[in-house]
Amino acid sequence: MTRVFAPLACLAMALFAAAPAVVANAPAEATMGLVQRIFYYHVPSAMLMFVSAVVCGTASAAYLFRRSAAADRLASAAGELVVVFGLIVLATGPLWARKAWGVWWDWDARLTSSLLLWLMFAAYLLVRRYGGPGSEKLAGAMALFGMANVPFVYVSVNYWRTLHPKTSVIMTLEPGMRSAFWFCVSAFALLYALLLALRLRLEERRAEAEALFLALDE
Amino acid sequence: MKRLLLALALAALVSGPVLQAWQPAPPQPGTPGDYVPIASLPQAERLPAAPFLIAAYALVWAVLVAYTWSLWRRITKLEREMKDLGRRLPKA
Repeated sequence: MTRVFAPLACLAMALFAAAPAVVANAPAEATMGLVQRIFYYHVPSAMLMFVSAVVCGTASAAYLFRRSAAADRLASAAGELVVVFGLIVLATGPLWARKAWGVWWDWDARLTSSLLLWLMFAAYLLVRRYGGPGSEKLAGAMALFGMANVPFVYVSVNYWRTLHPKTSVIMTLEPGMRSAFWFCVSAFALLYALLLALRLRLEERRAEAEALFLALDE
Repeated sequence: MKRLLLALALAALVSGPVLQAWQPAPPQPGTPGDYVPIASLPQAERLPAAPFLIAAYALVWAVLVAYTWSLWRRITKLEREMKDLGRRLPKA
């Protein structure tokens, strides 16, 4: 892992450094203008929040049904990244909304369900941190509920009347906008993979440290 | 046919000033529901997009840098603790 980690980290940094220039060269959107460019960071963050919630939920299911300690470590790492990428989504969204819709926040289906998803995973981390012995099982069950919320958040814009753009917006992007968008998705996805690997390493080292503490006690 | 064309031309000539006369009076600036060019808005009521865009991008960078730093700090602290434990273990 360490041999490929440094070159990939350099690549991720280069992609992130180039992203503002790529976004600046994308065609301007007719009605929202400059503020629409928040989309290029907001949507990839939301995609990775969903991916991370699914990774956390699936790994939690593996832990609950197979008692796999490795799966529990992966769930813990992915759960933290749901909160990190969710924070980006929930912070950049209102900045866009204030200019595009005239309000910072609206209690519609997409925004409310996204906030609920974020709160579920924030609660997941709190249970893991302060729940005491055996809290991994309770946290695992919470992650399953969090993962079940993901499809609901995704389709909410298509079933309820909402200010938020529909899911079809990505499919209908202009070619110039599409290339900039997928460039940003690649940068965020690579960064997500690196952060997940780093966070997983922390969990593995914690498990080793616990084993050392036990050996020291004996 | 000539009469019809003449009648249409006459109707077009007459209808121009008539339609113009029927147009409502130009709205007073600031009437609710009317489109107002952004340039005619007072400076205090304009909402420029650039600060929102810059704030969003800065926030993304700040969150990612802060998280990476916190992760790095936790890993190095744990590595230090493990080295310390490793030194104590053979003695015990």
